[in-house]
Amino acid sequence: MLCIGVPFYVIAQTCDLSIQGQVIDFHDATPLKGAELILLDRGVTIVSDQNGRYEFAGLCPGDYELQVSHPDCTTQTIEFYLETDRILDIKLEHHLEELEEVKVVGEKLYDKTNSAQEKGITAGVLDMYSSASLGDALKEITGVSSLNTGSNIVKPVIHGLSGTRVLILNDGVRMQDMEWGDEHAPNVDINSAGTATVIKGASALQYGGDAIGGVILLEQERVFAQDTLFGKTQLNGMTNGRGGVFSSELTKTFGQGWFAKGQASYKRLGDQESPDYVLSNTGIQELGASLHLGKRQLEWGFDVRYSYYDANIAILRASHIGNIDDLIRGINSGEPLVIEPFTYDLVRPRQEVTHHLGKLLAYRRFEGLGKLTVQYDFQNNRRFEYDVRVGSDRDKASIDLDLTTHSATADFKWDAKENYQLQAGLMGRYQNNFANPDTGVRRLIPDYDKYDFGSYIIADYRANDSWTLDTGLRYDFVRIDAKKFYQVSRWEERGYNTEFQEFVIDDLGTQLLTNPVFDFNNLSATFGANFSRKRENVLRFNYALSQRAPNPSELFSDGLHHSAARIELGDLRIKSETAHKISVAQEWSYDRWGVTLEPYFNVIRDFVLLEPSGVEFTLRGAFPVWEFRQTDARIMGLDAAGYIAWNTHWKTDHSFAITKGTDTENDIPLINIPAARIGNRITYRTNKNNGLEVSLRSDYIFRQNEYPPDITVFSPEQQQEVLLEINTPPDAYHLLGLYGKMDFALSDKLGLTTSLTVTNLLNTQYRDYLNRQRFFADDLGRNIIVQLKLNY
Amino acid sequence: MKTIKILSLLLLGGVFLMSCSSDDNNPEPVNEEELITTMTVTLTPQGGGTAITLESRDLDGDGPNAPEITVSGNLSANTSYDGVIVLLNETETPAEDITAEVAQEAEEHQFIFSTTGAILAVDYSDADSNGNPVGIVFTMETGDAGAGTITITLRHEPTKPNDGTLAGAGGETDIAQTFNVTVE
Repeated sequence: MLCIGVPFYVIAQTCDLSIQGQVIDFHDATPLKGAELILLDRGVTIVSDQNGRYEFAGLCPGDYELQVSHPDCTTQTIEFYLETDRILDIKLEHHLEELEEVKVVGEKLYDKTNSAQEKGITAGVLDMYSSASLGDALKEITGVSSLNTGSNIVKPVIHGLSGTRVLILNDGVRMQDMEWGDEHAPNVDINSAGTATVIKGASALQYGGDAIGGVILLEQERVFAQDTLFGKTQLNGMTNGRGGVFSSELTKTFGQGWFAKGQASYKRLGDQESPDYVLSNTGIQELGASLHLGKRQLEWGFDVRYSYYDANIAILRASHIGNIDDLIRGINSGEPLVIEPFTYDLVRPRQEVTHHLGKLLAYRRFEGLGKLTVQYDFQNNRRFEYDVRVGSDRDKASIDLDLTTHSATADFKWDAKENYQLQAGLMGRYQNNFANPDTGVRRLIPDYDKYDFGSYIIADYRANDSWTLDTGLRYDFVRIDAKKFYQVSRWEERGYNTEFQEFVIDDLGTQLLTNPVFDFNNLSATFGANFSRKRENVLRFNYALSQRAPNPSELFSDGLHHSAARIELGDLRIKSETAHKISVAQEWSYDRWGVTLEPYFNVIRDFVLLEPSGVEFTLRGAFPVWEFRQTDARIMGLDAAGYIAWNTHWKTDHSFAITKGTDTENDIPLINIPAARIGNRITYRTNKNNGLEVSLRSDYIFRQNEYPPDITVFSPEQQQEVLLEINTPPDAYHLLGLYGKMDFALSDKLGLTTSLTVTNLLNTQYRDYLNRQRFFADDLGRNIIVQLKLNY
Repeated sequence: MKTIKILSLLLLGGVFLMSCSSDDNNPEPVNEEELITTMTVTLTPQGGGTAITLESRDLDGDGPNAPEITVSGNLSANTSYDGVIVLLNETETPAEDITAEVAQEAEEHQFIFSTTGAILAVDYSDADSNGNPVGIVFTMETGDAGAGTITITLRHEPTKPNDGTLAGAGGETDIAQTFNVTVE
């Protein structure tokens, strides 16, 4: 990076020296206003003016270290010796991506990786989705879709992968919220996040080596060292579900870097509706709150955060079925078998999840060396699933799991050199799962202890103005130590009696108590290059090797999952899966137009998947069996996005995403690969009329034509073999949406933003392939959302 | 160096965390309480004679083994039978009688009978508090000699009253078993 100093001499006196100059953009020499300049060790902070100019006066002769930061640019530290007044122009690099934490200011987002495909969504966009869920908001990013159970449980899917393969980092803490289950949504309140970024792959090794799908980073907005108090309050009302969301936050910052932030939100919806009928028992009650405080200075700082999340989610009544004949009836009937009048009641089947997250973080910057960050975090996740039951068990949960996680991390970043940067870290984690036997239902997931140890090193090398290279290596050790009961018949049917008999620690006649202990050693690596010819034209190439240890569900699932009416079977033989992903991103981003093309190719050895494999008979009839199996897979696809600014008022946005997944061992399509989709949006914006903005969007989702074969099952009711169309995807659909927004300045410090959103404008009847309730009911009908947002 | 000190402290902390956390208590087994392992249908000829039992038994519940179905003998042609259903959970000792629970919540349960071949008809002999049939006790008519089937389905939360068919009853299936019988 270039700094130009043009010294000239005047008469030097004690402590009346000054240094002044201009902060400008390295690429186009435009002055940068709002750059923060700190004289380290002197504790003096100033901000550059409209013309990028700054001045420090009243300085004594001596050694100085000046740190310059700007929301758009990489922070720079300059050392100099002052004996006379000086003029120092500072050129800031707009574009060097750091393999570092995100720094976010307002609507600006920093890149998290040098060479991976990634995209962020700003606080403004998250606000639009305040009444929805995180998974819905992330779908704004091309290549991200979701695996739903109804409309309240939305799991993000990145390039066709979800669950354990997608890491969610909630303010630097890796969420441990039983993400292994398809019907387990991330336990995150969308209103507690400042920004969200998706890294489409395992290229950010500091977060974990097993992110075969990708990483979702949720971050807090950056706090400035100024004495101020600000906040916002949002009120959302919506017609579909006849409820709303209230959310409020307040931040207090002080000049010395102290800050405190409190936030809370509450959501309540009743039954939601499809175009033709009420989706009985689809309400939700959600409560989120967080408290965040600390001190942030350049040289050292700490922060403490606690967040709480509680959700009570009703599950479509018609999706709770008794056996395979009920499933056949459900699939064939065309509409839900239970349709009741609208109610706010949340009855069975339903889930109740509670998540506590506590975090302590401290950092210290060592001059001429780098920055050390240490963190401890604690998480507790409690999950109850209530099924429809009879007799004295009527009020008992069927699943009651208590997952507790402690993690400690240390990270050191050497960033003193201008053209390279090194980062290394260590992570230790202990996790305990307790499955409460009081449910009276055999445990689907057993009690276990899990130990994780990880270490990584990452390097970034800036070869010249255009080329930046990065590479990283990570090693993870995972031990899982479970205590699980197996039915003797299951133990033998799986063949465990010949392979794993040494795990048996107690024989109870019909059940065996076993103590499976597995160790996994995983290696991940990445290398990539970023070629920026200029700011508006960037090419990125990335290769990522990642390995993921099987999760408890893949290893140990065993039993009838009542809410899904299926028998799920894990496999003790499952080993780590290994992915090799190559991704390329070419981005042109000019004022008038922009295009991003992101092809990717992912080859996964020993890919773990869950799919229907047959039926088993019980007294209740036949149940489809879903078995975890390992195979070799290939996932490839393309994300394409673009925009055209037709003039100052009109802009259009376009996106296209396609993913193809193949089980290469058996040459059949993979299950649950999102269908191709095309999105278009036309936006009108004006500075007059209170910043009026209106947009119309269209989303066309193709039919997924590549899916594994359906299974044939014997129907006791029909006394014959019938084809169970459990994999056949629903038809393509097209949805229109409308959005309008206006801003009002109520006073100097008080701003009001009102917006109106209409989703599924034409009340189109549709079902989505990646909604687990597609067998039973149509998706949501029209929804009108009114939002009032006060900024103060 | 300070950095290294802090790092090593942290590592030590991690080791401590891991070494102090294991507990050796074994988890309690779960014996499923509402599991129905066995359905026994006793058919007694109304004019007197040997009772025939139809039994379906699945001791491993949702385990891999399919129910074992036994029919103790052949039915007589053109005969009326009195039928009684008993549901048991035999994983508990002594076996738990689930029929009592069904009788207690009779308004929310109903057995649905469907027959083919030489089994002519089934009629309910009992009623819940609303006067709707339950089917724990019933009567059955056989026709001329030949083969036949009787399918017994227990529905939870069916539409009541209904037309006695599975489609009309709706609800969720608690039991669904088919018995192949011979009428001679």
